[in-house]
Amino acid sequence: MRPPASGSPPSDDPAPETYRDYLYRFAVLQLRDPHLAEDAVQETLLAAVTAKSRFAGRSSAKTWLTGILKHKIADLVRKQSRETPLADAIKVEATRESDEFDALFRQNEHWSSPPRDWGNPERALENKHFWEALEDCATLMSPAVARVFMMREIQGLSTEEICKEVGISTTNCWVMLHRARMSLRLCLEQKWLGDGAGGA
Amino acid sequence: MITCKEVTHLISEGHDRRLSLSERIGLRLHLMMCNGCRNFDAQLRLIRKACQRLANGEAPLDPRER
Repeated sequence: MRPPASGSPPSDDPAPETYRDYLYRFAVLQLRDPHLAEDAVQETLLAAVTAKSRFAGRSSAKTWLTGILKHKIADLVRKQSRETPLADAIKVEATRESDEFDALFRQNEHWSSPPRDWGNPERALENKHFWEALEDCATLMSPAVARVFMMREIQGLSTEEICKEVGISTTNCWVMLHRARMSLRLCLEQKWLGDGAGGA
Repeated sequence: MITCKEVTHLISEGHDRRLSLSERIGLRLHLMMCNGCRNFDAQLRLIRKACQRLANGEAPLDPRER
């Protein structure tokens, strides 16, 4: 026998509404549109209330809500890709001869300012400054770069799926992902670690 | 010998496609000798891990959780 539907999420889990701020930040990071993000969160919380019975406490409420929101965001990003295609912007960005990262390398393409040791990764992930910096840095990515990056890393799409949805070549997709990672790591190193010692 | 700049592309693409055998060998040889690129490699792994936490709803995005 299944327990009564009203029993979940587990009573020790806070109400979905508690996660509104978190969900909003998660949505706006990917959609870059406050109104769209707000709507997506609203729909998620609504869906959470009506689908409560299907949440069997297998995961935390936060993970469960994130899962619902991710689906909504995926739909919205698909819509964004149709309505404001970034394919042209991506092609321009991906075929630029020089980029903002050239200064990191010497003439012979070896590092002029080598990446630093960020220390123990588990400790970084427990560090609040790391997450603050990550959020800031993700927001600073150009819209075209960010869309491809989020599709890959947050929505977990393959490069093939991204190419199809955005309408770019596989090579351009790799170039964009490289650019996204280059800019994120550089920005993190500056914002999180700054000029001084480690961020922990 | 591949350059550091090329290595950043290989490491990044290694997150998105399977590298060829010769690419993997070239990359490994380079990493054995290059501290900066080893750090770069570790940084991208951390970024991926962080994104996975985000995607799983395990990241402290809300300042109240930090």
